Amino acid sequence: MDLDDTPEQAAYRAQVRGWLDEHKSKAPVIQGPGAIQDEDEIVAARRAWQGKLAEGGLAGVTWPKEYGGQGLGPIEQVICNQEIARAKVPGILDAIGVGMLGPTIIAHGSDEQKSRYLGPMLHGDEVWCQLFSEPAAGSDLAAVQTRARQQDDGGWRLSGQKVWTTNAQFASYGLLLARTDADVPKHKGLTMFIVPMDAEGVTVRGLRQISGEAEFNEVFFDDVALAPDAVVGGVGNGWGTALTTLMYERVTIGLGGEGMGYNSIRFAAAIAADEHARRDPEVRHQLGEIASELLAVRFTGYRTLTALQKGQIPGPEAGLAKVTIVNGAIKAGDLIADVVGPDALSEDSEWAYMISFLPGLKSAGGTEEILRNTIGERVLGLPPEPRLDKGIPFSELRSKEGAAA
Amino acid sequence: MNLSLSDEQVFLREAARGALSRFKTLEAAREAGDGEEGALPDLWPAACEAGWPGLLIDEAHGGAGLDAFDAMLVLGECGRVLAGVPLLGHLPATAILGESPSAAEFMADLASGERRAAYLPAQPPTDAESRWSADPRSGLARAPLPLAGAPGGDGRVALTGSFAFVPDAPGADVLVGVAEQDGRAIGVAVLADAPGVKVEPVRRYDATRSLGHVSLQDAPAVVLDAPEAALAGAWHLAQALIAAESLGSVETALEVSVAYANERFTFGRAIGSYQAVKHSLTEILRQLDNGRSLLYYAGWARNGAPDEFALAASAARSVGGRALDHAARTMISVHGGIGATWEHDAPLYFRRAQLSRRLLGGTAGATDRVAGELIAQAA
Repeated sequence: MDLDDTPEQAAYRAQVRGWLDEHKSKAPVIQGPGAIQDEDEIVAARRAWQGKLAEGGLAGVTWPKEYGGQGLGPIEQVICNQEIARAKVPGILDAIGVGMLGPTIIAHGSDEQKSRYLGPMLHGDEVWCQLFSEPAAGSDLAAVQTRARQQDDGGWRLSGQKVWTTNAQFASYGLLLARTDADVPKHKGLTMFIVPMDAEGVTVRGLRQISGEAEFNEVFFDDVALAPDAVVGGVGNGWGTALTTLMYERVTIGLGGEGMGYNSIRFAAAIAADEHARRDPEVRHQLGEIASELLAVRFTGYRTLTALQKGQIPGPEAGLAKVTIVNGAIKAGDLIADVVGPDALSEDSEWAYMISFLPGLKSAGGTEEILRNTIGERVLGLPPEPRLDKGIPFSELRSKEGAAA
Repeated sequence: MNLSLSDEQVFLREAARGALSRFKTLEAAREAGDGEEGALPDLWPAACEAGWPGLLIDEAHGGAGLDAFDAMLVLGECGRVLAGVPLLGHLPATAILGESPSAAEFMADLASGERRAAYLPAQPPTDAESRWSADPRSGLARAPLPLAGAPGGDGRVALTGSFAFVPDAPGADVLVGVAEQDGRAIGVAVLADAPGVKVEPVRRYDATRSLGHVSLQDAPAVVLDAPEAALAGAWHLAQALIAAESLGSVETALEVSVAYANERFTFGRAIGSYQAVKHSLTEILRQLDNGRSLLYYAGWARNGAPDEFALAASAARSVGGRALDHAARTMISVHGGIGATWEHDAPLYFRRAQLSRRLLGGTAGATDRVAGELIAQAA
């Protein structure tokens, strides 16, 4: 049992650190003094920086070499992330594309798709977004209603709405899950598409959240024309393709918990700053409970890494770490605001931002309730919730729901 | 990076499970709860046969030379079946003696189990409380450590004071702990049959837990040359061990509850298909998994990052203790009325949870130390 690098990992770490030492002066400053203010300039600078990282082999660490990656394992990816954080430079801009969507195309895409899209994605020349969730399809993702209808020439026409789309405002492409057959049960009638975000009929609108900022978007599709070769992984196979993306999402979350900044020492520092609070038994008790659980998640992450290193793939139980992090951070936000008072809720306070962000994060990547259902069934082996949609064609399901409502 | 069990550790755990399965520990716990004298099996011979008394003692002194994490695996197996193996008292005591060069000659007997030790729990200072302290008989105020007089002609000191609710004290041959001498904490060892030593067995709520009040009146003690860090380390080790033991009990509570939720039907469905039941069972799993991760942290930190051992072990105790509290209550509620009766094992785990929470400084004390360690780090 140890947390040390193997000699090979240490050598890789040294190599990454060496590259960063040499190039970090060219990294864009996006936080703190001297930071770029203009949103468009930030995006442009971060795209260029992603290109640099890709040239240096610090992007797509786990991608196969034939697609421009390094062909290394998840441990090296984590080492790379740690070194980037240590160098205090931004990571890649398109973490969603490179971390989740690229690997999906590698697994399910055609040779033409791989050679056309992967290179520009990796280098930040073309940013991608994930077009899965809809206003009425989140935890029950297979309920998507965005409809793609095949035309006589083999092409498709796409109509519907997606939501919670990060980076859509500057993305070149999106990976989109659409319904192509409503007359079969819902998981069977889905197909995955590549959608050019500059196509006619695509509208992107910022979605303001509790904080007042718009970090996500709504995306509308009004009779958008897609070429026959926009399909990824075959018509009717969209659910299987989506599961690949979601598996990579779990890996990303499982390895990135600490990266969100919800860690025990940051919260303890906020309490320690108040002479009275740091001695108050009730405050200490709450801090101790919150911090213990957040510390646990750090080591759950190391256990996940160990499993990945042995070639195992994280199961749905990785979702429990997310539940712990989000609920721990919510309690920490409450505690710190109780200690600090209304100033914790001033618009420029880091705590106000965190407190605003967390209620939404609770549902991101699946609500806590659906995660607990999945884990209860798939990990503990409890019987499934009775379902009313099994084996029923999607079109009938919709009319049944309409009648019930 | 390797945070998983080695083949040897898997073997150690399986062997422990096998050794304990030869005893009907739960039946015995119920009979003992009924007041039947001598119902609890003496598990020390089995522990000696398995080599557990010497788990933390160097091979040169007849022990297995293993790490705290290995000991936690064994305690976890004890917790699964509520086996009263007196390791919670013995192992922290051997950890202190193992760092006391002058005690070397006693180690072989302690490693073989020929002689059994019990640890006199002494809580090291925190950021908020600058003195060492012992668990009180009653109330929130911490108790003072016994005082050690000036060394006599034979180099021994006279100890006067008491320790309340000492795990595994009854029947122990030697008592090892911390006393105060001229305002300083020193390690001490005293034979249980020495003049002035009284060990009063006490039973509280959980018949499987052996406890004793130890009182010392001018009792002749050997002063140990263990460094103060080793004295503090024994307290943190005890926290990690009781955490591991608690999490073992949580494993059983979860397994039994999941099995019942699959087979018990109401309104035409297995109760485990109801979200309310399913979610409370996944909550046990969440807390169990967090606790396991912290056992790894504590096991690694004891040698790999000694400065973090207090934080890691306290966090493990905090999460492990709360996990057992929650699991024991959920086990009862998932089973419905039967879970609250003597017919079922659930009350045995509930009693274990209730008492464990209040021993060795209490789960709340460990939670406070987590806060204190982090506040000190942040300041």
